Amino acid sequence: MNSFKAALALGYALTVSTAFAGELVVNSDQTDPAPKKAMETLIEGFKAAHPDVTVKWNNFDHEGYKSAIRNFLTADAPDVVSWYSGNRMAPFVKAGLFEDVTDLWTENKLDDQLKSAVKSMEIDGKKWGIPYSYYQWGIYYRKDIFADQGITPPKTWAELIAACEKIKAAGMTPFAIGTKALWPTGGWFDYLDLRVNGYEFHMDLTAGKVPYTDPKVKAVFEKWGELVKPGYFIENHAAIDWQDAIPQFVQGKAPMYLMGNFAVAAMVDGGLKEDQIGFLQFPEITAGIPMAEDAPTESFHIPSGAKNKEDARKFLAYLATPEAQTKMNEVLGQLPVNNQSAKSNDPFLKAGFEMLANAYALAQFYDRDAPAEMAKAGMEGFQQFMVKPDSVDAILARLEKARGRIYK
Amino acid sequence: MSSTVPATSSYWKRNQQRLAPWLFLAPGMIMFSIYVIIPIFESIWISFYDWDGLGAKTWIGVANYVELLDDEAFYTSLKNNILWLVLYLLAVPAGLAVALFLNQTVIGIRLYKSLFFFPFVISQVVVGLIFTWFYAPDFGLLSALIKTVTGESIAILADERYVTLGIIAAGLWPQIAYCMILYLTGLNNINPEQVEAARMDGAKGWSLLWNIVLPQLGPATFIAIVVTVIGALRSFDLVSIMTDGGPYGSSRVLSFYMYEQALSEYGYRMGYGAAIAVVLFMIMMVFITLFIVRMLMQERNA
Repeated sequence: MNSFKAALALGYALTVSTAFAGELVVNSDQTDPAPKKAMETLIEGFKAAHPDVTVKWNNFDHEGYKSAIRNFLTADAPDVVSWYSGNRMAPFVKAGLFEDVTDLWTENKLDDQLKSAVKSMEIDGKKWGIPYSYYQWGIYYRKDIFADQGITPPKTWAELIAACEKIKAAGMTPFAIGTKALWPTGGWFDYLDLRVNGYEFHMDLTAGKVPYTDPKVKAVFEKWGELVKPGYFIENHAAIDWQDAIPQFVQGKAPMYLMGNFAVAAMVDGGLKEDQIGFLQFPEITAGIPMAEDAPTESFHIPSGAKNKEDARKFLAYLATPEAQTKMNEVLGQLPVNNQSAKSNDPFLKAGFEMLANAYALAQFYDRDAPAEMAKAGMEGFQQFMVKPDSVDAILARLEKARGRIYK
Repeated sequence: MSSTVPATSSYWKRNQQRLAPWLFLAPGMIMFSIYVIIPIFESIWISFYDWDGLGAKTWIGVANYVELLDDEAFYTSLKNNILWLVLYLLAVPAGLAVALFLNQTVIGIRLYKSLFFFPFVISQVVVGLIFTWFYAPDFGLLSALIKTVTGESIAILADERYVTLGIIAAGLWPQIAYCMILYLTGLNNINPEQVEAARMDGAKGWSLLWNIVLPQLGPATFIAIVVTVIGALRSFDLVSIMTDGGPYGSSRVLSFYMYEQALSEYGYRMGYGAAIAVVLFMIMMVFITLFIVRMLMQERNA
């Protein structure tokens, strides 16, 4: 299905016209209602601040965008594009397709204001875009069910296992998950590795410096196995997407869900009241390891082939301001990166903000921290582990082989 | 100055007979080379490089092929492709059976025929979605059925043992309809006198079918096998829609693996993808050669 969408997106990319002077062409993939509205808010705000610039926005389908961007960056580059930070932008930076915007950061003193995202926007000591939004990951749980069962939100691994046992004994499955699209498994691996081995080890692993056959990696899977083997994840998760697992959460069949904050909207749509949903930080596993979190960051970039770089810089500078980020993230229901933005009243965002503000470090997500190819091989292995936990050694050997090939 | 023909038109006039066919062939030949012939050689060429589609190409010789030989995922895809090839051919006898069953004159037979033909008319994407729901754990019709019979629920598309079989079953649905139509047209052209004569000689049932009807359906069988083999080898859409190659890559086929490596979100290894394409092309070449040889022999005999 993706290929059809990609073909459509390509056709679309070929027909969108090139810019006139004073016209700023923005390409992005915000077709879901909230992101689309947030983008409209951003463009309106920019127009009010710079009335002389007209903005032409080409909105792409999310999946098709991933292949379309490769075509339009090389063929007919727009002035501003949305993309992801971390290793996901590395191929474009290395191929010279993104513009170095370090000057914007120094001019507007962004190193301070966008502090939490500095690391993820940097490659070779230069900055390649402006981050505007991020969101927390963590365990969302059913407050009402926890109260019924007399479970207090677990803070340590032992408490989590005890809670799982209680939930299982009450005839429920502790965790909802849908792994058909593979990436939800990445969240689990990230958190288990961050908690078992810590941020530095996790970053070394995703940067290809540590073999997957390392006993420390094996230890991560042992912890994971403690949840997989007793059946603490819902059955048949490999056949469904993450949204398809939401009903199990809503119906109370699986009262916990490790997910990004975007899941709350789907849970509320499914009929839950906000006070039925709780948020808890992923529990501590190895005592004493500082808690790092997953917080994928979203960003805009200037292609090096842009025709109107002057206005593109104005656009990114506007995007970096606390006002723009406040307004945008209010609509998005996510957290602004600029630390001078106004804080939200949403209980989940408040909890997320508190957790991330005190986080030791932020990881992007397995498929953004690791190169795309490794991410694919890795998440496939994670999915296999969640179905066949006994084949862990074969999986790790395969991942190690992939590592040897991918990071040369 | 003895020439009687004006110099300007002489070449065209003299060679008109020879040139005209080429002129008529030219558009087709140009298109065919641009879209088929040249890309084949380009793919073979790219398969010797390490290339992400954006940066510089690096010549690595046969390294892509060496890697393929040691790639588990490649063997899984190859094995699935063979499974597809073998099981997909069931569409031919099944199509024949349906065609024989429908080849009678009763009221409303046209309606029945169209209903049987219906799955071939709808898009493969829709077929894939329908079967995904059919197989879906919890609310799918089939898993509900299995649960009432065996008491255990099986998620066909999440189980590496059944996933490819499940997708092939979905693919067979429209393919049987296609073979059925081929055989129905074939049955229309059966010589009724021969059937009559055979009946007078006492042939009926299987022997009538085997000795009289089937030989006359030869051309239809040939076409049915050709389209089914090609259909099996290029099976991509159903895999992409129903499982995306999963769970953990166990339902991949070569064409899907090629797409994944060269063009998908996590891929962009053009050289490696091209190498897979070349292998797939070689496999297809075996069948294409067989078909061409057979066709040439028939022409010579005719």
